[in-house]
Amino acid sequence: MPDKPWVAFYWCASCGGCEEAVVDIGEKILEVVQAVNIGFWPVAMDFKREDVEKKPEGFFVASFINGGVRTSEQEDMVKLLRRKSKLIFAFGSCSHLGGIPGLANLYSRNEILNYVYKESPSTDNSQNIFPLTSFEDNGYALHLPEFYDRVYSLDQVIPVDYYIPGCAPPPDIVTGALEALIEGNLPEKGSVLSPNKALCSTCPLNETKPEKLLIRQLKRPHEVQADPDKCFLTQGLLCMGPATRTGCGERCIKAGMPCRGCFGPLDNVLDQGLSMLSALASILDFSPEELSKLEETLEACPDPAGTLYRFSLPASIVKEKRRK
Amino acid sequence: MERISINPITRLEGHGEIEIFLDEAGNVSRAYLQIPELRGFEKFAQGRPAEEMPRITPRICGVCPTAHHMASVKCLDALFQVQPPPAAKKIRELFYNMFMFEDHLLHFYYLGGPDFIVGPTAPKAERNILGVIGKVGLEIAKDLIATRRAVRELMTEIGGKVIHPVFGLPGGISKSPKKDTLEKLKTVARKALDFARFTLKAFHEIVLANPRYLELITSQPYYLKTNYMGLVDEKNRVSFYDGEVRIVGVDGKEIGRFSGIDYLNHIAEHVEPWTYIKFPYLKKIGWKGFVDGDGTSIYRVAPLARLNVSDGMKTPEAQEEYERFYETLGEKPVHHTLAYHWARVIEVLQSAERMVELSSDPEIGSPEIRNLDLKTPREGVGIVEAPRGTLIHHYKTDEKGIIQEANLIVATVANGASMNINIDRVARATIKEGKVDEGILNLVEMAFRAYDPCFACATHSLPGGFPIKIKVFDKSGQKVKELSNL
Amino acid sequence: MYEPKIIAFFCNWCTYTAADLAGVSRMQYAPNVRIVRVMCSGRVDPELVIKAFDLGADGVLIGGCHPGDCHYQNGNHKTLRRYLLLKKLLPQVGIEPERLRLEWISASEGEKVRRVCNEFTEELKKMGPLKKEVKNA
Ligand code: SF4
Ligand code: SF4
Ligand code: SF4
Ligand code: FES
Repeated sequence: MPDKPWVAFYWCASCGGCEEAVVDIGEKILEVVQAVNIGFWPVAMDFKREDVEKKPEGFFVASFINGGVRTSEQEDMVKLLRRKSKLIFAFGSCSHLGGIPGLANLYSRNEILNYVYKESPSTDNSQNIFPLTSFEDNGYALHLPEFYDRVYSLDQVIPVDYYIPGCAPPPDIVTGALEALIEGNLPEKGSVLSPNKALCSTCPLNETKPEKLLIRQLKRPHEVQADPDKCFLTQGLLCMGPATRTGCGERCIKAGMPCRGCFGPLDNVLDQGLSMLSALASILDFSPEELSKLEETLEACPDPAGTLYRFSLPASIVKEKRRK
Repeated sequence: MERISINPITRLEGHGEIEIFLDEAGNVSRAYLQIPELRGFEKFAQGRPAEEMPRITPRICGVCPTAHHMASVKCLDALFQVQPPPAAKKIRELFYNMFMFEDHLLHFYYLGGPDFIVGPTAPKAERNILGVIGKVGLEIAKDLIATRRAVRELMTEIGGKVIHPVFGLPGGISKSPKKDTLEKLKTVARKALDFARFTLKAFHEIVLANPRYLELITSQPYYLKTNYMGLVDEKNRVSFYDGEVRIVGVDGKEIGRFSGIDYLNHIAEHVEPWTYIKFPYLKKIGWKGFVDGDGTSIYRVAPLARLNVSDGMKTPEAQEEYERFYETLGEKPVHHTLAYHWARVIEVLQSAERMVELSSDPEIGSPEIRNLDLKTPREGVGIVEAPRGTLIHHYKTDEKGIIQEANLIVATVANGASMNINIDRVARATIKEGKVDEGILNLVEMAFRAYDPCFACATHSLPGGFPIKIKVFDKSGQKVKELSNL
Repeated sequence: MYEPKIIAFFCNWCTYTAADLAGVSRMQYAPNVRIVRVMCSGRVDPELVIKAFDLGADGVLIGGCHPGDCHYQNGNHKTLRRYLLLKKLLPQVGIEPERLRLEWISASEGEKVRRVCNEFTEELKKMGPLKKEVKNA
């Protein structure tokens, strides 16, 4: 099958959900395999770095990379794949925006190590043992990769051509991207492969949202039994719908839970979290005279960083917590 | 002196690797299974609102997100001191059994099964799901795919997403399943049960009827004498969603029992400098190193462990098979690592039977799905049995429910020490005086597959391979030999 | 000596006019403030604030009309709500909330511009420079 184009799959700091998302396209995978050769997929096939190294530049028509970047090894690998691929697809929220593991950027590496290996309540580490990047045993050295101090989205490390959004991306989005690649009708480079519209505009609950939404109350999801048939924001539950790109099939909404934004921002929005912050500021119906009431209401939003940036902290303007 | 590296799923993606050191005589001095991964969920949970944890922690693992979601939700019940209404509890348990069913099934057919169904010595190219299809027939394979898909689709309808569910809240769930979802569930549950029965039958015909396989299952490199841990219900039967944790010793006698915060009196975690995972052990015994046998503090979890700690199964057909299991293997606890596979199939049966029971329970149609009588939060612990073993979530919060401290004991790591010993044992059996028996590949691979470790979780995919390479280096670091199972 | 950099977003109708007045009246105030004129404080998108910090500002000052005086009626109401939300976010991401300041300054309050700018500069001097982010390893 020498004339079939080659593609690669690779995972960085991934939970494995994105790999499952590929499997979840079901028999469509067979159509894909008809059209392309998979030349690298560490999870399922044993190809090595050397195998990729030997390929000419641009050998792969496309590489699909999931997971954020946190180690030098991952950086090295994605740079290699960039050289060997015509197109790079960032696959899933972690790769696209940093994802939930990107919330680790709120703490330093040392804070994480200290907590996990020393302070956590079940850890017994009176001898102060910490994992070491290199450890000698009988004269043999064992190595562990060095972790960067923060998580990076893929395009902070290499140029990315297309983004497949979602945590994990749903099957129709994955299939759509693969079909576009195979049929050669990909949109402009830099595109996120789902419609550039806010989730609200396709949400089945949108009709229950007033034209000009104003709210006097915010609530946390556990405090109430939300009406699953009424716009969550209207009910005072923070929903990322206004600041999130559509395409997921409103999966969380249909299960009675507000959106947390895994599809990321719309085109030309620099920062999903701040775009939601701005939207929220617009609909909170309080005048300056009601300052204390407003402050009280905002208690129901106790964690703006972890909520507004649930999936996008590393890729935001903020990127991480500033620390000494 | 040689240095041997075995890189499951290759070294590159950093999800687990094996290094074996030889002594002067060329015999194994020590084998290491390294996990070079750390993401720090326990730390960055701090500052997050507790109620968001069920939507955050599933990202620890995309293969068992439901286990994290459920442990987290149960932790919130404890934290807010609230009991979900019966309907909510049953829907959660039903959802959980659906998850257990499809996850175990996937492992059995794609990952662990090929060794047995196709045969441990069959050519590599056939030891995968395609080989399984060849053995069991295309119809069955189609059935497998269709059944799993139907189950996963219904999980999406109930839980929002099958990869990273969202529907759990303290005191219940976010939304009642639709009428037609519940109707479909009944049909799908019955189909699932049929398929579970078929799977068990196939296991008997192909594996147990073959004396060679039985011999393999009971062979020495796969014999590991450890303690066991798992959830049991009020009758000490195997339980996935709820119950008390029971611990039995190497001789099968109960040596501990706990629920909730009491876990801290029973489990402690040991740190090693050469890996990013910690090694849980029985605190009352104390860390004794990577040793099994009498006096060890290492405990195992997951299917075999669950059977070993219980007095029986929760459902009738699984119970029959449970009895056969111990009769055939002739001891309790069963210490044979490869018996994990059989135990897993028995659990598939229990989960399917539970699906049938729960889906036809009239109460799950009740609109009472939330108890909103939440108390001021402080501290809570949630425990479930993940497919890969006992999973513990523990959160401490301020009075506003903001996480101050989170501790997670993840199932796979509990088997980490045992896997290290298992690999050491396999290495010792196959490496003598610097000579590496090529059989090591297969033996290591099979030891791994039995545990279904999570760093290998994503090998849950076509073509279901579990690539391992062994490299042999001489003293100066020159590669002199390379073995691969592909 | 460390000299803090302050980016000030002043609304055209009130605060910017006041700053102009301060200048015309030769009032002395700290040279650390770079003023950006916006049509209304309500136009100061949170992105502008964070971007300013990202690009090296040690402090951000927003100046708008007093409540009730906004040329666009309630642009400044929205400003206040954004400001409160930002104040909650900033400490979480390692930026002291005191580095963001909102002041209502009418067109005639040139003196207030002087005082606020000087005060803010002094405060920021005491706080020291904003911590830099980690650079790619
Ligand atoms: S995007 Fe979501 S599913 Fe994919 S690797 Fe990240 S956490 Fe897992
Ligand atoms: S705010 Fe949320 S619930 Fe409301 S319409 Fe938008 S996406 Fe739907
Ligand atoms: S509703 Fe929001 S969080 Fe849920 S899948 Fe869609 S984009 Fe992601
Ligand atoms: S015009 Fe001055 S704040 Fe709106």
